[in-house]
This record gives sequence, structure tokens and C-alpha cells, in this order.
Amino acid sequence: MNLATINIAAILPTLVLSVVGIVVMVAEPFVGEQKKSNLGWLAFAGTLAAMLSLVPMANNRGQWYSNLWIVDDYDVFLDFIFLLIAAITILTSMDFLRREELNHPEFYSLLLFATAGMLMMAASNELVMVFLGLEILSIATYVMAGFRRADLKSNESALKYFLLGSFSSAFFLYGIALIFGATGSTNLLAIADALRSSKIQISLVSLSAALILIALCFKVAVAPFHVWTPDVYEGAPTPVTGFMSVGPKAAGFAVLFRVFLTAFPSIEDRWGSAIWMVAALTMILGNVIAVVQPNIKRMLAYSSIAHAGYVAVAFAATSDRGVSAALFYLLAYSLMNLGAFAMVTIISRKEDKLVNVTDYAGLGSKRPGLAAVLSLFMLSLAGVPGTAGFAGKFFIFRAALESRLVWLAIIGVVTTVISFYYYLSVIVQMYMREPHDEFSDVRLCGSLKFALVISAAGTLYLGLLPTRVLDWTTTAALR
Amino acid sequence: MVTTFHYLLLGAALFTIGVIGVLTRRNIMIILMSIELMMNAVNINLIAFSNRLQQVTGQVFAIFVITVAAAEAAVGLGIVIAMFKNKETMNINEIDLMKW
Repeated sequence: MNLATINIAAILPTLVLSVVGIVVMVAEPFVGEQKKSNLGWLAFAGTLAAMLSLVPMANNRGQWYSNLWIVDDYDVFLDFIFLLIAAITILTSMDFLRREELNHPEFYSLLLFATAGMLMMAASNELVMVFLGLEILSIATYVMAGFRRADLKSNESALKYFLLGSFSSAFFLYGIALIFGATGSTNLLAIADALRSSKIQISLVSLSAALILIALCFKVAVAPFHVWTPDVYEGAPTPVTGFMSVGPKAAGFAVLFRVFLTAFPSIEDRWGSAIWMVAALTMILGNVIAVVQPNIKRMLAYSSIAHAGYVAVAFAATSDRGVSAALFYLLAYSLMNLGAFAMVTIISRKEDKLVNVTDYAGLGSKRPGLAAVLSLFMLSLAGVPGTAGFAGKFFIFRAALESRLVWLAIIGVVTTVISFYYYLSVIVQMYMREPHDEFSDVRLCGSLKFALVISAAGTLYLGLLPTRVLDWTTTAALR
Repeated sequence: MVTTFHYLLLGAALFTIGVIGVLTRRNIMIILMSIELMMNAVNINLIAFSNRLQQVTGQVFAIFVITVAAAEAAVGLGIVIAMFKNKETMNINEIDLMKW
């Protein structure tokens, strides 16, 4: 047996994130109370360095470390999304942590470790690696969800996330054990080869595919496995909610696409219709229940369920077009949703005060700039032409129609129309209601401004000039 | 004669007991123990398959699962303790601040 060839460049972004995460954690006790946010900037620099190191990684395509690790365009594009998410989350949380008197730099370490887990998930070519990445991501996120230790809501959020997360991990593991027994391998390509031969117990393989699907559906929060989402999102600190609504979701979909389109394409007739049902149910439930939510964090939680439904439509298409549309949508959704949560962070006060939709009344006359930016994100989430959300939805529904999923496309369009109601109600509150708050203590510090500028610029760019990014996702989808 | 099939049966039985435990018990500690039981049921499966296929992958994976389960238990207990400091209850039904 020969040892694996070591290729540092292929794992460089993950390595950078882990090292910076450890440095932040070790440096914390030596840094004075006033300078703790400098460690936030260090973590931000770490994500930028990891983004730069995507370049040497992209030059080392192929399978590395005994075929455990795969570097391809798909992986590079997703890594870019994950690092962008981490960078924006760090910018949003710096002021938040100071305001909540939670200025513990471990937060940044946890965030970097979670991101490293997501990079591992996107690059894994092996179910063992997928499991490890998933757990690195999940364990760090459980802690972040409960970061406001003295607050019972945050505790409850972390506990619910932890119990359901580890419950679903056990299903995932059971699925891996069964597929290992049926095919004798945990490598995705080897599984695909084994499934093409005839002497496989197809019932065992189907059972394991079902278990893996259920577990990943839990992680990406699609119906009927979405029940934990609103509670967890409402109780977690707002920047963490923003992170959870995009990061683990994008990573979960990255794994879903990779596992099912690489390892299980030959039994597509067995899981295709399940995805169809999941996508339809998720779009309907997410959008309809979001309509009646008074709390904006809870409303955005249901909206994030609905958006997972749209990505599931692209998954149901099981074509390269579908994967490309899903990648585009994940980037667009990450930018606009992080922007929306950055705005919620700005408006809300200590200990989650002012997080109801009615608290936004009159923001348009008092703080027109902020109201305009929030309107942009709401319109983009709703899918108004000219914004990233519209371009993303358009590509997804086109892919669905090309794969003859006419009904799914119709459900998608109808539920999008429903979604206008609750996104526009925020805008109505801001511009057409009398203010009952002066919004005078709304401070906008540099890092938050930076986060808003990145997400707003990205939302507009993807909406107005989507072709360049679409070309990138098209090559990424070919794999 | 104990065959692979018997081990798989044991694994499936333990996994089912774990699932039922998570779904029906109301004490947080017992739910945590049930989740551990599910993980260990998977380990039995992995090692049984590993033995049958004469491949070491399953055993290595089982060690990974044990490691991750330990980390997860540590974080889980930390979360439970943080919560217990704010509200002295172990009953999952009483943790109901947020409902839709």
C-alpha cells in the first residue's frame, strides 16, 4: 500500500481557514478588551486569503489524497460562495457582538471552522469525507446558535438545532453504512461503477439512498423536514441566523448534487419522484406559512425554506442546466439573504428587540438610505426583474421546463406570486406607515456598511449582468 | 453460528430503539443517550460489513464516527448545561418559548 501524495495547493483554502481559526482562538487571551474586534478583522483577512488561495487550488484539478479529495470547477465555484458568505457574516457580526456585549473572538474561530467544514463538503469525493465536513460544520454551528448563553431563546435554539442535527447525522451514517455494505466502497465514483453492474442488492441501495436523502433534507431544511428551522432561526443571534440560512444550506445542496448525480445516477428512477414531491411541498409550505409571520426573522426563516424549494426544483431537473441554475441561485440567494439579515441586525436592538415587521414602520422617511437598501433585498428575494432573485428563478424554471417538469415550474411561479405578499409588506411598512420610532440610535459602522455594499452590489450585478457568472456556473456544472 | 446477518439485525434493532427513544422520551439526557445508541448501531453495521468484505475502510470509518460522536456529545452537554443555568428543567416539553 502506497502513501497518498501530498498536495498542499489542493487543500490550501481549507488549510488557511483552519490555521487562522486556531490563531484567533489562541491569540484571544493575549488581546486587550478594547482590541478584540481586531481579531474579527484578522478572521476577515483569513477569508480573503482563502479566497486568493482558490487560484492555486484551481490549478490543481483532479483527485488527491487517495481519491478522497476532488478539485474541479464545481468545487471552486462553491468554495467561492462559502468564503463570500463567511466574509460577509464576519463583517455583520463585529458590531453586533460589541452591542450585545458578547465580544468573544471564539465566535470568529467557530465561523472559520464551520466554513472549513463547508469547503470539505464541497471537495469531498468520498462519503467519509462528506460526513466529517458535515460534522465540522454542524458542531461549530450548534455552538454559534447558542452564542447568547444567558438568553433562554438562544439556548433553546441551540438545543433544538443540536438534537435534530445529530438525529439526522445518525440517519446519514446509517445510509453510508448500508451503501458500504452493498457496494464495498464509500468512494462516490466506485459506488457509481458498482451500481452499474447487475449483481447489486437494489433494495439495500435504495434504502441507503433514501436515508442519505432524508438526512441531507434535514440539513438544507426542505419540507417535510423543515420543522426545526423557524425556531432555530428565531432564537439564534441574527448574524448567525443569516449564516445558517445560507451556509449550511448551500453546503447541503453541494453534497446532495455531488452524491446523487455522481454516485446514484443509475437509480434515478427511484429518487427522482421523491425530489419532485419535496420541491413542490417545500415551495408551497414555505411561502404560505411565511405570509402569517409577524417576526421578521421567522418570516425570513420560512422564506429560506421556500428558497430551498426553488433549488430543489433545479435538483429535480437532474440536468447540467439544472446544476448550473442551482449554483447561480445559491450565489444570488446568499448575497440577498445575507444583505437582508445584515439589515435586520442593524435595525434590531439589544436582546432581539424590534424584530417585528411592524417595527419597520416609517423607516423610509426617517432613514431613506437604509430603507432603499432593504427594499432592494426584499424585491430581489421576491424575484422582481433586474435583481439577482429574478435571474436565478428564471434560470431554474427554464431548466425545469427543459426537463419537462411543467407542473413544478407552475407551482414555482404561483408560489413566487404568493411570496410577493410578505416581501412587499415590509416595503409597505417602511414607506406607507407612520413611524412610531425615531430610529435615532441606529448606528451604521464601517464593517456593516461594507457588508451591505458587497451584498447590494452583488445583488444588482447578478440581476443586471448575469451572463458572466452564468458562464462560470455552466462550466462548473459540467464537472 | 453468528453470521453477518445477525450483526446487521442487531444493528438495525439498536438503531430502531434509538429512533424510538428520541421520538418518545422527554428527558434531554435520555434523548442524547438514544442518539449515541443510533451512532453505535451504525458502528456495529460498519464493522460487520468490514469483516464480511475483508476491507479495512469500515473499521477506520467506525473510529471516525466514535471521534465525532465524542465531540458532538461534548458540545451537546455544554448546550444542555448553558440552558440548565437559565431554566432548571430537563423536560423537553417545557422548552417551548418558540412555537409557530
